[in-house]
Amino acid sequence: MSSEAIETTTVSVPDGSPVLMLAEFDNPTACVRAAEKLRDAGYKHFDAHTPFPIHGMDKAMGLKDSRLGWIVFAMGLTGFSTACFIIWYMNAFDYPLIVGGKPPLSFPSMVPVCFELTVLFSAFGAVFGMLGLNKLPRHHHPLFESDRFRAATDDKFFLSVEYADPKFDPERTKELLSSAHPTHIEIIEDTQS
Amino acid sequence: MSYDPPIAELDEKHLVKPGTTFKDITDTVSRVTETPAPRGWWIAFLTALTFTGVLGASIGFLFYRGVGVWGNNSPVAWAWDITNFVWWVGIGHAGTLISAVLFLFRQKWRTSINRFAEAMTIFAVICALIFPGIHVGRVWHAYYMFPIPNSMGIWPNFKSPLLWDVFAVGTYFTVSTLFWFVGMIPDLATLRDRAKNALRRTVYGFLSLGWRGSNRHWQNYERAYMILAALSTPLVLSVHSVVSFDFATSVEPGWHATIFPPYFVAGAVFSGFAMVQTLLLLSRVVYKQNNLVTMTHIELMNKIMLATGTIVGYAYAMEFFIAWYSGNPYERYVFINRATGPYAWAYWTMISCNVISPQLFWFKKLRTNIPLSFVLSIFINIGMWFERFVIIVTSLHRDFIPSSWGYFHPTMIDISIYLGSLGLFFTLFLLFLRWIPMIAVAELKGVLPQASVHHDDHAHDDDHAQLPATAEGAAE
Repeated sequence: MSSEAIETTTVSVPDGSPVLMLAEFDNPTACVRAAEKLRDAGYKHFDAHTPFPIHGMDKAMGLKDSRLGWIVFAMGLTGFSTACFIIWYMNAFDYPLIVGGKPPLSFPSMVPVCFELTVLFSAFGAVFGMLGLNKLPRHHHPLFESDRFRAATDDKFFLSVEYADPKFDPERTKELLSSAHPTHIEIIEDTQS
Repeated sequence: MSYDPPIAELDEKHLVKPGTTFKDITDTVSRVTETPAPRGWWIAFLTALTFTGVLGASIGFLFYRGVGVWGNNSPVAWAWDITNFVWWVGIGHAGTLISAVLFLFRQKWRTSINRFAEAMTIFAVICALIFPGIHVGRVWHAYYMFPIPNSMGIWPNFKSPLLWDVFAVGTYFTVSTLFWFVGMIPDLATLRDRAKNALRRTVYGFLSLGWRGSNRHWQNYERAYMILAALSTPLVLSVHSVVSFDFATSVEPGWHATIFPPYFVAGAVFSGFAMVQTLLLLSRVVYKQNNLVTMTHIELMNKIMLATGTIVGYAYAMEFFIAWYSGNPYERYVFINRATGPYAWAYWTMISCNVISPQLFWFKKLRTNIPLSFVLSIFINIGMWFERFVIIVTSLHRDFIPSSWGYFHPTMIDISIYLGSLGLFFTLFLLFLRWIPMIAVAELKGVLPQASVHHDDHAHDDDHAQLPATAEGAAE
């Protein structure tokens, strides 16, 4: 199928925004195949936009494993040490409390609070770490200028390629995307260029 | 989450009615929040709101007059307030179990009920948190519960299980809320993208944090979700264990037992599933979502209730066995008194509701019967409330010194605060049904047959995706 056969539209975004080429697919398999083509052609600045996570897309895009686990691990250690520290400071150092004949710092009674704070801090690490890695919240993005893109949270599958990618060439990229049988191609363009 | 065909040999059914498309799911779930609420919703909401008003007034009166407005007395210092606290926290457990534990075990049937169950968790924990807060008596000193500097220069006692409880329930509430919200982000984006007016676009747009379904985001998102599930699993087991320490670490006969943590956790899951079942059956009728919440879900939940109800029955039997086997006369007396004393009516209500009634679920005909499932889910809720009442009140009303024995009678305020907490729970729940996608849209799409990537050349053969299980199942 040649690129002419695929309907192409253009959307303008406010000045200064990066520009994207957006290919639309109506099933996940076609989208994954297209991502593989981009990866194999050496593109780096491209992304898939899908209504749900697609099994195998990470590999198709050539993504490295998420680094989130390390953030959570560090936060978990912080939570555990915080719990140990506050218990020691409050009940053994600043105001030693002798209760039930136990030493001021008795390990068995520290377990529940140490556990809970480890979990609490780790959960904060997981949520805010995820948002940080994803650079969210971000309520403005050139993609939101496209009306068709709204279906990305419904039943359509998109690939976006940034013009900033060193491999990007308006004609050749379009041809590459077209070879993967998208149902539509949209160019999200800076009005000044 | 990905699609697995049902295993024919195990008589598995489709998770979602075959032929359902991605758009069907988006529409079915989103429409509830976009169209005017059905009349049934308004009736339920106004009723619930009235009870919430009763709760507010009763708590106001309690603050004005003091805890003497309750029936709590000298031997029975913990009564309905702590019963309600433990009951509500327990109900919350099923939500986390469904969202976290079943997720880790790849039980994909959870996808159409997890949002629901998580919402229930959060609202149940909100109701639970009210009770220790108002039980402290001098509510203006409630902040002593937290490790913050105060004018006495003294810190909380970290060797007290009551303080562990503050940390456990506080962490549980926070983590459950985060988990719920993270799961909701893609679905809020769906509502944003469907929004027809500026207000909806702004509110859902704000809440969805600018989610654009990016695969680079999904990667971290899925990892975050899995980590939260992995954190919530030990957390949920710890919460009711810590609640049970409130009892088990005391030297009160009937409380001082090592079986308490697992016994409380099983009971919590049991009561929580009953509450999920109650709510699910109700909203299935009101919103007619029979394609997404199928008989398979109802039957599986009934099986879990059968299993946990039987564990709870075993724990009751073990308590009696240990009371005899330990040779401790106080312990033995407490249990004989439980079954035959002045609170025998409560004890036998508990046994009938919790141990006997779920046994009906051994029969497939009965566990696939919707009216019966509904009635039994209510029975289990009642039975589990009585379990906590029995543990707390029968242990306290007659302890070591017969001269200080007593009996507990609830007052009007006890009753109105309990009913009011139900009102608050249902108010929050109905608001959730109205404004938030009640089924995890993105997750449910992921378990449809057409969501899986084909490893052959017929990449855009969409019809093939419509009925995969029969074809693939037969081929294997």
